[in-house]
Amino acid sequence: MQAGTTTTENLIELSDNAFVVFSAIKVLLVFSVVMVVVALLTLMERKVSAWMQDRLGPNRVGPGGLGQPLADGIKNILKEETNPAEANRVFFTLAPMLSIIPALVTFAVIPWAAPLPTPWGVVPMMVADLPIGILFLLAFSSLGVFGIVMAGWASSNKYALLGGLRAGAQMISYEIALGLSLMSVFFLVGNVGLDEIVWTQQRMNMWFALPLAVSFFFFWISSFAETNRLPFDLPEAESELVTGYHTEYSAMKFSMFFIAEYAHVLTVSALMATLFLGGWDIPGVGRDDMLGFVDGVWVGERPAVWITLLTFGAFALKTLLFILIFMLVRWTVPRFRYDQVMDLGWKILLPAALVAVMVTAATVLALDSFGVEMDRLYYGFVPLYGLVLTVVNVAMLVIVLWVMDRGQTLAGSGSLDEKRRVAQERARRRAEAMRVHLTTPRAGAR
Amino acid sequence: MVTQLLFFFFAACAGGSALAMVTRKNPVASAMWLIGTFFSLAAIYTLLGAFFIGIIQILVYAGAIMVLFLFVIMLLNLGNNLEADIRGTGWKVMAGGGGLVMLALLARVFAGDVPMPLGQQAGAAVLAAQQAERGTVGIIGIPLYQDFVVPLQATAILLLIAVVGAVMLAKRKV
Repeated sequence: MQAGTTTTENLIELSDNAFVVFSAIKVLLVFSVVMVVVALLTLMERKVSAWMQDRLGPNRVGPGGLGQPLADGIKNILKEETNPAEANRVFFTLAPMLSIIPALVTFAVIPWAAPLPTPWGVVPMMVADLPIGILFLLAFSSLGVFGIVMAGWASSNKYALLGGLRAGAQMISYEIALGLSLMSVFFLVGNVGLDEIVWTQQRMNMWFALPLAVSFFFFWISSFAETNRLPFDLPEAESELVTGYHTEYSAMKFSMFFIAEYAHVLTVSALMATLFLGGWDIPGVGRDDMLGFVDGVWVGERPAVWITLLTFGAFALKTLLFILIFMLVRWTVPRFRYDQVMDLGWKILLPAALVAVMVTAATVLALDSFGVEMDRLYYGFVPLYGLVLTVVNVAMLVIVLWVMDRGQTLAGSGSLDEKRRVAQERARRRAEAMRVHLTTPRAGAR
Repeated sequence: MVTQLLFFFFAACAGGSALAMVTRKNPVASAMWLIGTFFSLAAIYTLLGAFFIGIIQILVYAGAIMVLFLFVIMLLNLGNNLEADIRGTGWKVMAGGGGLVMLALLARVFAGDVPMPLGQQAGAAVLAAQQAERGTVGIIGIPLYQDFVVPLQATAILLLIAVVGAVMLAKRKV
């Protein structure tokens, strides 16, 4: 994959006026696409769950049930809204808004295709090409919890309050692991722009899912917790808290919480596709490697309309893959107990992520000081830089999984008493085995 | 011109929210107004060209610390109409004195010619030049980890002491 082999002479940047027009178009386009996809996701969730439980799922409205989200929307708008008498009216109304706005805003910084050439200049396929890129996304997605906490508090309902409290604690705990697992991405990219993250993966000839496997794994776990999806849906927890923070909500306000949740799922899936699966990069093809204008000079291959379309397809497929896994997991595993969630966040993910950051940093430093180049293919096809990191990371991942799987973290041993009981049981069984072993006459010794 | 108008708008927002935060009786409302102040400050930082500081303001203060604040307020389930902390003449005199010191500091700043402790000129143009050279994060990170390593580590130790102290205080009652 060699950058800049084709002519890039008559490419121009957008003028200020064209920039405003194209930005407006992109905002409208992304907003409507996200809303439609979110509506379809609610249907997809029900269809996937039906498929997994050997049912049919919604199939009455429209062909194959496709009209179901529309019917749900109409129902929710027409339904009567109830306001609990004890609730704090201002915050009760504010909460759904606070939860839906961050969920929709965060998609703005995700690049969803290769830059599109137009007669007015090359249009980058992301709404806002911010210099702070992913930090914007982190900052605003962390604001979503205010909506949940506020809803829990304003409802004047103890179940809702408990749900809100759980959401607050869970978000804080897992945001740390989330941020730490991003650190190693920053090591390799050297900056925080999402378009540069995609470009680095193209230059490295390897998606970050392999060379940063541990970070990928931790980020994935944390994103389940951040979106409140099973097995981390403790703020809702139907079997314990009615439905948690949105117990008192009805009609469209209730629906807004769900739009926010699915928008979060969509954004996080798109983010994971961008960070760890190369974003809109098509695997094994060098023709789509491009970054955009850096100080007025085009970096990368020549853009084309068909490349933009194909790369958008690649991006959509990767995002869909993550969404599908979100749904499959939801209908497969049961909910964690609360102390297990906290144990996993603070005792496993945080220290492990810290160690992973240190090891990855040391590896990157070693590779750099040995003069291994990130964007060079050794012997024509060996991406050495990525391979070394992959080996180190896979080794770390094996250790992490081994420790997690020893029944000490997740196998229902959260409380100390239970741990002690298990240890005593094990010791008793060992003593019993020893006694049997000592008192049983050996074969041939009689 | 637009930048100046925006600045005054956000400055008014910041001042107004700060005032509302102090005067509200309901602790949750106070917390929300404080978040409003943080957002206005972040907007002002962004107007100055300091994108990183602006977003960190939201990420750390609004996104993490205020969630903790709200968590504690909700956990204690404080009701409305709490009594003020500042009671009696002594407290009022002290609060007034603090306010006067703050005003004097502000007056000193507006009198012009404030010595820059870091020996650097502030302003959007300087920041933009630095940003082009070192990147958005680099303009904070490189000086922080090269020129100011010792203060940084000292602050880290201070925070560690605070954490250990908090754990000690929390443990003693059990």
